[in-house]
Amino acid sequence: MKPRIDILCALTVVIGLLAVLARAPHAQEIYAGGYTQQTGEEIYKGICQGCHMPDAKGAIGAGAYPALAADSRLAAAIYPVTVVLNGQRAMPPFGPSLSDEQVANVINYVRTHFGNHYKDAVTIAAVKAARR
Amino acid sequence: MTDKPALSMNRRSLFKLIGTVAGSAIMYQAMSELGHAGESGYSGPIELKGAPRGTSVLILGAGLAGMCAAYEMRNAGYDVQVLEYNDRPGGRNWSLYGGDTYTEMGGATQKVQFAEGLYLNPGPWRMPYHHRALLDYCKRLKVRLEPFTQVNYAAYLHSSMAFGGKPQTYRAVHADFNGHVAELLAKAANQNHLDQAVSREDREILVEAMRGWGALDKNYEYKKGLLTSERRGYVADPGGGLTSEPTLSDPLSLHDLMQSRLWRSIAAGHIYEFQNTIFQPVGGMGMIGRAFGRELGELIHYNAKVTEIKQDETGVTVAYQDTKTGGPAKTARAAWCICTIPASILSQIPITVGAPMKSAIDALYYDSAIKVGLQFKRRFWEQDESIYGGMSFTDLPNAMIGYPNSGYFDEGPGVLLGAYTFGANSFLYAAMPPEERVRKTVEYGSQIHPQYTAEFQHGVAVAWHRVPWTLGCAGHWTEELRARHFDNLCAIDGRIVLAGEHASRLPAWQEGALLSSLDAVRRLHERVVAS
Repeated sequence: MKPRIDILCALTVVIGLLAVLARAPHAQEIYAGGYTQQTGEEIYKGICQGCHMPDAKGAIGAGAYPALAADSRLAAAIYPVTVVLNGQRAMPPFGPSLSDEQVANVINYVRTHFGNHYKDAVTIAAVKAARR
Repeated sequence: MTDKPALSMNRRSLFKLIGTVAGSAIMYQAMSELGHAGESGYSGPIELKGAPRGTSVLILGAGLAGMCAAYEMRNAGYDVQVLEYNDRPGGRNWSLYGGDTYTEMGGATQKVQFAEGLYLNPGPWRMPYHHRALLDYCKRLKVRLEPFTQVNYAAYLHSSMAFGGKPQTYRAVHADFNGHVAELLAKAANQNHLDQAVSREDREILVEAMRGWGALDKNYEYKKGLLTSERRGYVADPGGGLTSEPTLSDPLSLHDLMQSRLWRSIAAGHIYEFQNTIFQPVGGMGMIGRAFGRELGELIHYNAKVTEIKQDETGVTVAYQDTKTGGPAKTARAAWCICTIPASILSQIPITVGAPMKSAIDALYYDSAIKVGLQFKRRFWEQDESIYGGMSFTDLPNAMIGYPNSGYFDEGPGVLLGAYTFGANSFLYAAMPPEERVRKTVEYGSQIHPQYTAEFQHGVAVAWHRVPWTLGCAGHWTEELRARHFDNLCAIDGRIVLAGEHASRLPAWQEGALLSSLDAVRRLHERVVAS
């Protein structure tokens, strides 16, 4: 009976692996994750500056990337929280791929750099509450 | 009933399981969710009869969607003009050649230094055999095609965390995965563990099928031998005369193979769009855009940046700036307008359309993707590793290496696609200056091909979020967004209709752009004729 048990065990292992295989990744999951940066500066330099540029001054082509430098729209912290979580027009949502802490960190970084001097830090709890 | 298997499954789920083992089911499902799978609804050239003479149509964008619309409507007798932001036709149908200059958002400029005849397709690069509209336009425009290889059994699957970082051939991973799974299933069936799932007569067929499919020996075992080396390759191939004895290869163990996760990449070629036969234009994907552009000639007004789209009861007026000569805004007017400007750009342009279409335009975000082309002094992948076309996959941030599907055996330099990736890694890439993207790509690739270090010459990196005229590679649809917005995006709003890959169910595919355009042209024509 030994071989049979071995085969059963092996088969169970394979079925287990197949279960992993068969759990088709949703687009959301494929695009989620992989952002290992933690500090606001790391996240800005690893993600945001791809569009908003290293100096946060945005850029213009056929369309434009808005500047985040000296940006009065950042005065109400909930605004960037909502935009980062849910995206806006062409901008992808980062809610599925960044943690509450990462979102808070990067917003706090931008709101205190690039000519922005907003003193009220965004809390992790505030980001959590803003998720819908 | 002590022999009753611990496993319980019906026949259907068993075959589903087999499908899953083969990998196609999951990948197809995943790709469907990403919107990358679907069928083309093309049934030959469009016929537009009875166009009122001289009816004017203004087309925004000279990508494939815009130029297809311009071509067909001009041929039908419409008075057509096209406004295009770039100084060339094609849009995302685009190849970069030596001597080209590309300036991205933020101003970084790359001067492409590829040798003559070599190129990078920053956007689309493959044309499935069932993308019938695209292939038909190539035929009609006399764009020469050649085969594109998706699956190359000699190319690599690589994980930095498995087999000491040593790349494995697709051939070996594919054979070993099939072989081990076949062995397990055959043994389970032979020991009656699948009795609830498979009838006795099916079981015999299944076992026989597993033997053939997996290269199992007479004892239903997948192990080192001529049979398995014929699938996974030899250490030394059979030869002639006194040096003809082959050296057989050792299969990877089931454990190592599973742990390596390399099986993740063996299913790519099972996807509908990636199955044989796939084509590419001779000389670069951009040849299609060029051919359309030649055909349309002066109908296309280049360097025109659209700044406003207004419609009234009798027509559509578009304001634009000439980005080359500057000066005050100009206007173009026509009775009808087909707008193929990507939603990422269009959402920023004032446009008089109703709330449903405007909400649809604003609902699409644009995905990130990067491609990096690298020129090497010699085609070492062919000369040293017998890799002719196709692609290797890796867990490193460059994700993929694509080998050129033309110019085989050339002595001179060759250009590889050194990186092609989406998601988090492509955001990271976009955030780097172009020269750093190239440097990183060489660094990653040298872990797979050590020849990189000595042979690399120069490269060019296109991050799609930095492309000034798309702000991303393609519109991102989810099922929920489609349900809410797709019909509104495609419906004619007064005198304006939208077209492009974003207005199709084949997003990011050129076929989607063409089919969307033909559908918009057909509906607009019907409306014109009726009015």
